[in-house]
Formats: sequence, structure tokens, C-alpha cells
Amino acid sequence: MLKKQEYAAVGETVYTGETSSGLGVTVVQKPGYRKSMAFLAVNYGSSHREFKLGGRLCRTPAGTAHFVEHRLFEVEGGDNALTTLSERGANANAFTSPDMTAYHFECTDFFYENLALLLNFVSTPYFTQEDVERERAIIAREILSAEDDPEDAVYYGLLRCLFETPALRENVAGSVESIGEITAQTLMDAHRAFYVPGNMALVVAGDRDPARILDMAEELMPGSPAPAPVKLAGPPEGPLPVTVSARRPMDVGAPLFLAGAKAKCDLTGPESVRFELTANLALSSLLGEASPLYRELYDGGTVNETFGYDFENTWGASMLSFGGETQKPEYVCMRVLEEAAKLAAGGIDPDFFQRRKRAALGSALRALDSFETVCYNAAAGRFAGYDYFDTVKVLEEVTAEDARAFLAEYMALERCAISIVDTKG
Amino acid sequence: MPAPEGDRREPEVKRHQRRRRIHPFFTFCRCISPKDVLQYIKCDHMAGGKRGEALDTVYEEEIMRGVRLTAVRADRFKTGCLSLTLLAPHTKKTAAMNAALPYVLRRGTARFPDMESLAGELDALYGARIEPAIRKKGEVAALGFCADFPDGAYLPGRTDVLSGVVSLMGELLLAPATRGGRLRGDYVLSERRNLIDDINAEINDKRAYASLKLVEAMFRGENYALGKLGTAADAGKISAMTLTRYYRELIACAPVEVFYCGPEEPERVARAVREALAAMPRTGAHARPVTERGQGNERAGEKRLRETMDVTQGRLVMGFRLSEDAMGRGPAALGVFNALFGGSPTSRLFLKVREEQALCYYVSSRLDMHKGALFVSAGIDFDGFDRVHGQVVRELASLAAGECLPWELEGAKRGVTGAILAALDDPVGLEGMYLDRAILGLAARPEELAALCELVTAEDVAAVAAGARLTHTYFLTAEEKDA
Repeated sequence: MLKKQEYAAVGETVYTGETSSGLGVTVVQKPGYRKSMAFLAVNYGSSHREFKLGGRLCRTPAGTAHFVEHRLFEVEGGDNALTTLSERGANANAFTSPDMTAYHFECTDFFYENLALLLNFVSTPYFTQEDVERERAIIAREILSAEDDPEDAVYYGLLRCLFETPALRENVAGSVESIGEITAQTLMDAHRAFYVPGNMALVVAGDRDPARILDMAEELMPGSPAPAPVKLAGPPEGPLPVTVSARRPMDVGAPLFLAGAKAKCDLTGPESVRFELTANLALSSLLGEASPLYRELYDGGTVNETFGYDFENTWGASMLSFGGETQKPEYVCMRVLEEAAKLAAGGIDPDFFQRRKRAALGSALRALDSFETVCYNAAAGRFAGYDYFDTVKVLEEVTAEDARAFLAEYMALERCAISIVDTKG
Repeated sequence: MPAPEGDRREPEVKRHQRRRRIHPFFTFCRCISPKDVLQYIKCDHMAGGKRGEALDTVYEEEIMRGVRLTAVRADRFKTGCLSLTLLAPHTKKTAAMNAALPYVLRRGTARFPDMESLAGELDALYGARIEPAIRKKGEVAALGFCADFPDGAYLPGRTDVLSGVVSLMGELLLAPATRGGRLRGDYVLSERRNLIDDINAEINDKRAYASLKLVEAMFRGENYALGKLGTAADAGKISAMTLTRYYRELIACAPVEVFYCGPEEPERVARAVREALAAMPRTGAHARPVTERGQGNERAGEKRLRETMDVTQGRLVMGFRLSEDAMGRGPAALGVFNALFGGSPTSRLFLKVREEQALCYYVSSRLDMHKGALFVSAGIDFDGFDRVHGQVVRELASLAAGECLPWELEGAKRGVTGAILAALDDPVGLEGMYLDRAILGLAARPEELAALCELVTAEDVAAVAAGARLTHTYFLTAEEKDA
């Protein structure tokens, strides 16, 4: 039985529950929509490289989670689930992040047939050594292709400045060398450890029947609840970066940079949402488009519309970052840190902060129209132990003092590192 | 995000997405965009919804001289989406100004003279976004603003955000910040510099860069050859005086398309837009700009271009002109053909070239119905040119010979239909489709086009394939290493 819950503040009706095997099931009712999305997420990503499987310690090469994702579409008998879904008019895809792998489709017709296929192919591995060899070539090309991307380069440059743990420094797809070590057995071990119902969540958004969805999940992903997989993390990260700067010349039109710092990493549940909202409000107050600093830098021609910020919270790590294209990366970084110190000492103007919150509320409401955002966040919420649909409530509680304290603690010179991609010559 | 493709540059990476390694066929989902199939529909006999489903109410009216409003009322959305687009010829003289103007106007208005005060007003409208937009549709530039904003129903005091957004958009267009009767010189200079930076940064994305270079060579002498942003040299000539003169000409003469999708009553939207644009001097002729199709030199063989750069992977782009006969098959046939050839995960290029033969990391086709051209783009090994080029040519010839299998045709039809119907639930997707429809003056609405796709035959597909003539190939590869 799924539990029905109405979220009057945001006008959403959500059914949640679990199958007897422990698979989390969430159905977000979207009356009047023709399209529906099904999103099957696994609490497993590129940073989960070491784990225990039946008492055995497994150490897997970088890129294993992504490799599993690539191969799983292959169904025994030579069929490919992606092809089948596409033939039925569905728009299907998958992604791997540091802490999640997800398979999803969006369609207007054949929804339940597509859902059955999704539940089936994700839970039925079919890995042959021959297929693994072929896929290795495709993934190697994908890795090389991304190496020409300056935004990827500047981003991974920052990760390598900040983090010590190998799993947090590396590309989600791994490297050409690391994927060379992956065998069909590696993929099988990862699948057996993580692709178990209790470690997964199914989220559906659309005008569909919740009871029927639960029945299908019950039937197609059977089993008895198993203990959660044991993921082995390295020693906790210290607050300071490993190195303070990295530079790389590339064929780019203008230099770009990304600076950032590690933030708290031990939060779970509603606290982690609150922290993330605080971080975003603090950063938007400091250098968002409405801030005096943004105006100063943009009007002065030092930055352009690519200038922005981000905050990421994943398994074992969280990180704030800011950057964009500029001829003066170090100068921009220093101005941001100076301004942060000023706000940390003098506080954020309460009226200004209130307006930032108002904008954040509007943005949270708008996000509810995106099925992918809703499904992703509902699944992430289940894995991290919070209710995504309560975000608006949590947002109300964040104060200007919280944001000031965030800037004081994390936007300090000694915590920051900077990654720069330079023009050649 | 308002109209992602409308942004001059890719918008900031969505949260949670930067570190996602997206499965490569993601790009195919983009290629099968319903926008690609909407154009040139000449059929107006289709009516009603698919399988009897209720359609959204669509209100279409010329609300002022040369200003047309399309309002789709759909109360399932919590977000309102509004765009205001001026249509202008995309020529060497105008391209850079078209690209700069929305950005200059977005810098400030008489009432909110700088970005900080504008951003403050948008905050007060619950984080509504109004972004400058420039799109290239064949040889037509679509420039203006795209906005999205939360619907008042879930906001404290049921705030009327729509009126605020419409009126601010009107101010951005008609009451810009000026000095001495001209657009502010400092804003013009600053956005001119940003535009030049953006043009110089086109090299950053190697895949897109390769396509730009191909188009430049393939359509030399035609306006279509020009990139969306124009050239750095032309951008460098923009001054407050020239841009102000151009701006005045546009607001007097350019046809304007206003699009709204969201839960509000269309009549209310129409009233608000009329009020916001009341000061617009609609004195010109409002002639609609058009795209010259052209066939290039039909006797010339395939031209091959090659460029070297410090890259780790080769990028191949192949350009085909489509014959009048192929174009005459209509948008549904063209869309289904493209899905079957290289625009979807069930396509020949994806299944044969990428999956079966593992010749490339990505390969896809894109069809521009405004211009009548087909492009194939692939990421390949440096020594893979001949194999991939040969295979692409063979697959096209096979389709032209009528060797399309029933399951391929069915899959392609379902793919295109599904994408169009799903876009009806996406205000931004709808905006793009209605804009294309408006630029081409078509009768059929998206849901009608979806129904037309189901009528496409194998013979249609063969005719389109037979009408595609390969004229140019561009290959970006690594610098030769010294021995």
C-alpha cells in the first residue's frame, strides 16, 4: 500500500511506499499531463569504488559504475532495451553521477509496457566479456571526447586541487587506463552488491495509477529485504585543499576559471537540505546577479554572463564553487573572497536576503514542472533521508545569519583553491 | 530555463548535472527535437486532438499592428512561460547587431537603470527570469526575451507575477536606459566586447565548432553561412549610434511574436501585452523575413575540408543539400526520415555505425527545414575518416534505394510523434515549436503534425534520402606529430 500525501503549499499529491523487497516507490501525481516519466535510481555512483560483497572486499577501478550503466541496456538474446523503448516512442536515457546511477524514460504511450521493461533490464544483468571489450572502445572515445572540453577540464582541475580521496578526484567515467582493468566479473560484482531492491528507488511522475505501479514493482523486482550494501569510504577529508592552484593551456577563446572550497560532508537527512539551501542563498547573496559584486565585475568588463556559482553535495563530500570566463581569474577570485569576508564580518542586509529567499521560493516552485528534476530529487531525497516536497518549508527557516556564518566558515582564503584553463601561447 | 536554445551561450550548468556522465544517446534525444519536424507543413485539414484527448485552449490573434500573440492555456503548469520575439533578416550587416541588441536592452531600463536594480525587481517577482535570446532560424534572426516565472496560485497573497513580468518585458524593449537619446554607450561597448568574446569562444566546443566551420564553407555567399552571432569584425563595428538606429528601425518595422503558455486566461495575457507595448511605434511595413533555399552549385562534387588542432578526438561533419522534391514531402516526412537516418537511438547511424561497428562515440543527423539542409556529425578516431564517411554514404544510399524495414519506419514514426506529444507538456518546447510555426506561416499545430507523422510512408523516406546531395565534408583532427 502506498501512502498518499498532499503538499498543499506546493499543490502536489505524492504516493510513497516500499515493495516487500524494500524497493522505494514514489508516484508524483500530475493530473492533466499526457507525458509520464519513470526514473529507476540506484544508490551507487562513481565514488563507491570499494565495497563488501558477501564478506569479500571488492576494489573496483575508476569508471566501474558508469561502465555498468552502459552495458545494462543490453538484454540477453542480442536485443537492446534502449532500442525497444525508442521504437515505442519513448525518450529514454541514463546517467551516472558520483553517488547515483539512474535509468529513465519519458513517454506518452505504452507507459506500463515501458515500465515493465525498465524494471526488467535494470535488474537482469547480462555481461559477456566480448561485449565488455566492445564497450571499452566506446567508453574510451567518450572519455577522450570530454578531454577536449574546457569546462570539464577546469572542473576536474578544481576537484584534484581540493580532494585527497581518489574516488572524489576522478572523472565519473574513469580514465582510458582504469577502464582497461574492468572485466565482466567486475561489472557482475558491482551489480550484485548495489542493484538490490533495498538500495534502489523507483519514481514516477505523471497521471498514472499508483497501485498498478506498486504491483508491477512488487512482481518484477521480487526478493526479500537485504541489508544495505557496505560502501567503504576513505578517511574523512580535511578542510584544506591538497594544492591551491592548477593551470592548463587549451585551445580556448578566452581563459576560464573555477575556484572553490570543500564544505561540511557529514550531514544527512533534512539537515543536508537545509545546508544546501543555506549555501545557495549565501552564494547568491555574495555573487548572484542581484549582488553589488556581480554588478561591479560585470560593469567593469571583468566577467561576462558565464560568471556564476554552484554548490554540490554528494556522498562523502560537498563543495562550493564559482567561476566563469575572465582575463583576470586571480583578481576575480580575490574580489570574491574580500567581499565574502566583508559580509561575514558585517552581515547580510536582511531586506536583501529576504528578496533572495523570495526568488529561491519561486525557483523551487518552477522546478516542480520539470519531471526530471522532480524524479531526481525525490530519489536523492529517499537515499539521503529527506522529503524533497518539504523543501519550501525548510527554505522558510533559513536566516541571513545562517548564510553569513556559512560565508565566514567556508569562504576563507586558506580553504580555497583555483583551477584555470588558459589560452595557448 | 527559458528557451535553452535561445541563449546566446549554453546556460549555466544545471545543478546536479555537472558531474553526471550522461549516456551518449542523450544527444539523440536532442536531435529528434520536434522543432525539426514542424516546418513547412502546408496541410490545414487536420483537426482535433490525438485519440480524442482534450487539447489546450490556444488563442491566436494579431493584438496590435504586426504583433501576434499565441497563448496556450494549460492549468497543469505551475510555471508561466512568456517570450517576445522580433523577426529580422539574418545578414552580414545585421547578424552581430541582432545578437548584441537583446543583451544591451537587458542591461537596464529607464526605471531600473542597471543590472542590480533589474535583478532586484525580478527577485520581487519571485525570481522570475527574463533572459535575452537570439536564435537563428534559417536566414531569419529571432531576437528578444524569454521569461519564466512561478504562477501566483502558490505564492503568498496569490501575487500577480504575470502582470509584473509582462510590463517589465515591455520596458526592456521600449524604455531602455539611454544617454543623450541613444542607448547607453557604456552598455553598448560592454556588450560588444562580450559578444566578441562569445564569438571567439565558439572554438571551445569542438563539436559545435566543427559544424560552424562546415556551414561557413558550404553556404559561402549565402546569409545562412553566417553564424548566429555574426563575425567578430562586424561586432567590432557596433557603436551606440549604429545600434540605436537599428533598434529604432526594428521596433517600428519588425514583425513581433509574443508567446505565452501557462495557467492564466489568454484574454488577460492579451490585455497585459497590449498595455505593455502601447508605446511601440508600429509605423513600418512589418514584412516577414524569409530564407532563400538555394541549391548551391549542383554540378560540383563533394568538397573536403580538413583542419588540425590540439584535440584528443576527431570531429567529422558532413553537409547535404535537400532537393525541392525532398522538401516537398513536408515536415512530417522530413522529420521521420531524419529520425530513421540518424536522429534517434533506433536510427541507421546509431545502430549500424556506432553500436554494431563501434566506429564512433557519437554520430547523429540534424535536418534544418528552414534552409533545406541535412548535417551528419560524428566523433571519430583520427584514422577513421574513410570508414565512417563511407558507411554514412552507404546508409543514405540504402534508404534512397527503398531498403527501409517496417520496424525502422514504425520506430521512427513513434519516436517523432512521442517527442511532439511530450513537448505539449513542456512550455519551453511548445514555445520553440510555435515560433517555428509562426516564422514559416504554417497552419497545423504540433498535435496535428504528430498525427501527420503516422501517415508517412517508406516511399516518402526513400524520396527524401534520394534528394539529399553531399556537398561538403569537414574534418577536425590532431596536429601531425613531428617524427
